[in-house]
Amino acid sequence: MIHKVGMADAKAAKEGDSLRTLGLGSCVGITLYDELTKVGGMAHIMLPVSNMDKEVNPAKYADTGIPYLLEMVLSLGAAKARLKAKIAGGAQMFANAHGLEVIRVGPRNVEAVQETLGKLNIPIVASAVGGNFGRTIELDCMTGKLGIRTAQFGESVI
Amino acid sequence: MTNKYQLGDEAADALREIGNIGAAHAATALSQILHQTVEMQVPQVELIPFDEIADVVGGPEAIVACVYLKVTGDLSGNMFFIQSLDSAKQLTGEVLSEVKQIELLNDLEMSALGEMGNILTASYLSSLTDFTKLKMYPSIPYISIDMAQAILTIGLLSDAPMGDYALVIHTSIHNSKAMEKAHIFLLPDPGQEVVLLHALGMEIQK
Repeated sequence: MIHKVGMADAKAAKEGDSLRTLGLGSCVGITLYDELTKVGGMAHIMLPVSNMDKEVNPAKYADTGIPYLLEMVLSLGAAKARLKAKIAGGAQMFANAHGLEVIRVGPRNVEAVQETLGKLNIPIVASAVGGNFGRTIELDCMTGKLGIRTAQFGESVI
Repeated sequence: MTNKYQLGDEAADALREIGNIGAAHAATALSQILHQTVEMQVPQVELIPFDEIADVVGGPEAIVACVYLKVTGDLSGNMFFIQSLDSAKQLTGEVLSEVKQIELLNDLEMSALGEMGNILTASYLSSLTDFTKLKMYPSIPYISIDMAQAILTIGLLSDAPMGDYALVIHTSIHNSKAMEKAHIFLLPDPGQEVVLLHALGMEIQK
């Protein structure tokens, strides 16, 4: 079955299932995958850094969402040492909007994701980030392959 | 996750009236540009979970043509003029008196679309300023043609005190020839609805 990962959401699944998130713009989709146990996880983060407020949804931020996703895949039997990450998204949807601070959020999200994964010692084995177009991604937990669909540039697999 | 933040009926009515006034002026402006009747629907004011916002315009992956303007001033927020690609082609064709049969919009059509977004937003906001005395300044129009959710996210990026919900003041408009509706969204930044309601002489209960 295909598990839908919403905005500011994270889910983990096993062999036979897929994880999908739709319409990543400046948001970043992060997948963690253990090829031995075939456990995969996907998070859809919107912002780089949480303000550590108690009530926030951890899956909304790169710095809290990735550890949150890590716990999920570990609880399904993945081993941290075998985990490999793939990331996609972090676009600037409005190509001409240089003056707006909010426009920079895509690249900032990507930086925060790379930094958080680095701190956790999880290698990023593939990424499809930047540009000015949206992406839908799907992780196949059987193979660990990440399919990417765009509106203007077709489909690819990383 | 439960929605702990609720909008009272009275507050929703007041915000709907804001949407009504703004969209009516925007529709009038569009009508003058097109020399056609433009109809609008009763505005809706809703707290919508992030995941469901794109459903209003056809779903997260629906390809839309969107004009976005950031609003700053006494009220900060986001304006979107959003419609299907077909609808955008039809609309720019009306203004430019020609329709090019290519898949995407050419530079001239993009420019025309951006200018329409600009005029609609200016009409919308200036009528709100007359009504509320709040000063609001739109940015220049930014255009994107892509997946609806990927685009609309830009209006959802503030740290929301109300969780993963956005207040959306939504009106759809269409001219007599168009089969599909175009949408005007006003998304006040989180917490800014209090500013709007205060300007209308109301206090929001938390």
